[in-house]
Amino acid sequence: MSPVFYLLAAITIAGGLAAVLLKKLVHCALAAAAAFAGLALLFLSLDAQFAGFVQFLVYLGAVAILIVFAILLTRNAEEQDGGLFSRTWFAGLVVAAAVFAVIGWAVLRSGSVLPNQLAVPTATVRDIGVALMGRYVLPLEIVALLLTAATIGAVIVAMHEKEGEQ
Amino acid sequence: MTPLSAYLLVGALVFAIGLAAALTRRNAILVLIGIELMLNAANLNLIAFWRFGPNPEALIGMMFAIFSIAVAAAEAAVGLGLVIAIYRHYNTTDLDQLNRMKG
Repeated sequence: MSPVFYLLAAITIAGGLAAVLLKKLVHCALAAAAAFAGLALLFLSLDAQFAGFVQFLVYLGAVAILIVFAILLTRNAEEQDGGLFSRTWFAGLVVAAAVFAVIGWAVLRSGSVLPNQLAVPTATVRDIGVALMGRYVLPLEIVALLLTAATIGAVIVAMHEKEGEQ
Repeated sequence: MTPLSAYLLVGALVFAIGLAAALTRRNAILVLIGIELMLNAANLNLIAFWRFGPNPEALIGMMFAIFSIAVAAAEAAVGLGLVIAIYRHYNTTDLDQLNRMKG
């Protein structure tokens, strides 16, 4: 494995860990943004240019900003008594560790069976566009419908409650 | 260790971190961040399988990842909208205090 991979993996994992462990919510959001950027760079290192740049645009451009806005709109909630972690944090930690152990065991055991292709696949944006308009046109339409419905739903859910009382 | 297993292990670790965030933190926004991390880890697996698996020109793993990113964006918008609505109603985002379905 190249040093670039280790660097990107370290950025991603450190960002994720910081997002879980830091105290201030804004710091958590920034650490999560670092993790998202690390994942986008990992996509780029896997020769998936389009997916990597989509990840940059959607996660750093939209989701991270959305999270920061949500944190700022719920500002008063930050002073919580009784710590950052829920009462059942130990059970949650055990479950997460168990899930990682099982997945890691499965990955390491199946390593010799998995194919290890060295040829670099070429996926130009043109190929992806042709596939989206051809074979995957129905999922594309459904995703368009889902995004419309989700946008309208998010606006209605977050709308001020007085609107409903009229 | 093959490159594919290395990427899959990174994906598993990010997934476990996201799961830990979703299960242990008290703030609802942090739980949503954890869910986003888990979805991203799954996308990393899909892209890694696309890159190292047979038939990459069919673009199946790539398409899965792109659609998954779109669905995750919709999920984030609705989830954060819900958090803001809950905050308006209860004046808190602490999940330990939000234990009633009835307003």
